[in-house]
Amino acid sequence: MSTDIVERVLSGDRRALARMVTLIENEAPEARDYLARLYPQSGRAQIVGFTGSPGAGKSTLVTQVVRELRRRDLRIGVVAVDPSSPFTGGAILGDRIRMQELAGDPQVFIRSMASRGSLGGLAASTRDVARALDAAGYDVVIIETVGAGQAEVEIVRAAHTVLVVTVPGMGDDIQALKAGILEIADIFVVNKADRPGADQTAAELRMLLSLAGKQPKSAEVWRVPILKTSATLGAGIPELVDALFRHRAFLSESGQLTQRNQRQVRSEVLALLQHTLGQRLRSAVAEDEWQRLIDEVVERRANPYSVAELLARRVGLGDSKEDAVSSREGATSAS
Amino acid sequence: MAEEHKIRVLVAKPGLDGHDRGAKVIARALRDAGMEVIYTGIRQTPQMIVEAAIQEDADAILMSILSGAHMAIFPKVMDLLREQGVDDVLVVAGGILPDEDLPAIEALGIKGNFGPGTSTEEIIDFVRNNIHPSRLAGAAVTKDAASGQTEKAAQ
Repeated sequence: MSTDIVERVLSGDRRALARMVTLIENEAPEARDYLARLYPQSGRAQIVGFTGSPGAGKSTLVTQVVRELRRRDLRIGVVAVDPSSPFTGGAILGDRIRMQELAGDPQVFIRSMASRGSLGGLAASTRDVARALDAAGYDVVIIETVGAGQAEVEIVRAAHTVLVVTVPGMGDDIQALKAGILEIADIFVVNKADRPGADQTAAELRMLLSLAGKQPKSAEVWRVPILKTSATLGAGIPELVDALFRHRAFLSESGQLTQRNQRQVRSEVLALLQHTLGQRLRSAVAEDEWQRLIDEVVERRANPYSVAELLARRVGLGDSKEDAVSSREGATSAS
Repeated sequence: MAEEHKIRVLVAKPGLDGHDRGAKVIARALRDAGMEVIYTGIRQTPQMIVEAAIQEDADAILMSILSGAHMAIFPKVMDLLREQGVDDVLVVAGGILPDEDLPAIEALGIKGNFGPGTSTEEIIDFVRNNIHPSRLAGAAVTKDAASGQTEKAAQ
């Protein structure tokens, strides 16, 4: 057996994959090189995000969807994110409780992640972890977000297909979903549809979507389906899985898959760049200098804008206007 | 951006008894101590526990058992871990474990064996101090390498 962890992940070694995920989560210095090597092997899986309020039944629904996908003979990776305590940094990751019936299936790999301070519904490294699962050969990778309210929309930067899970009886809460989560759904799921009020909830969602101009007739545009499921009874699950695949096909055929990938890569590269700059800055400025600069600003001997400019120069980012001028001048004098 | 090693603990209730209040108290205490606790719930088979520990890359497995089936379940868990080549995970037991079974449990490589009345602090300290050194060593290397890298970046 190869001792190289990347080779082992690519050959389907589950322990190597589990260790790889830990390295990625911990932002170990070697993790970026590993990810760079895994990257060419990724891009085959459909990444599906499940989001929605706490208690909407996301984990149970994920379990049922995985079972249905297994019936269709696909290999499935699941990344389930739960919140870290803002006070202690600890976390209780309980999504496995609902996923017990998937245990023991060697074609399913489940990993729990703590959000570790990130606020967008995912952990900072969730996208990279999903990518590792993708490269390891899982056909569908499901990301389950923390229980999300309105603003936890980071999942759109990580998934091809976003499911928003809601339940009957949320009443005005659906109104509240309007601005945030409503806009990111590729598929709406009204779960617990065996309870009263499911049809009404579905009707309200349909109305909100029509108000938002999201239900066009044109074939060029995705028509967001509203599906009713009962995860505990297993009802509506095959239809939901069909919708996942329809969305995937729509993305490819309409060219929107490329657009989505391009948007995601752009935001990912920017995020990595910010991260790197932040790191450089932290190592370039000693704590006592920080303190001195802060004191100067607080005492009005300096201002935040010039201090930021000073620090930008320190990490090699001069005033962009000056740079532009000097490079133009350089070009002129050279010609 | 050197990261400290975040301890990941799997808390599981093997066997058929459904009394998981103790396990939940422990899970909560470990969380409050800053650890990431994967809670699997009740009625876990040895296969489920080992598979979950592998997928989650857990540093420690804590099993709580009250049913008296420990001598049927624990050896199975340890065998499966060995079969899978997992030799760097701390395995801790708690619950109702008769004194006369403790030598046999310890001979399996299961540590702690905390009975009723154990304080949560004792368990937290025990887990912290008994994580396999190779897992922490990895974190230490990570830390050194990270600061080395940032130094380079600063130059």
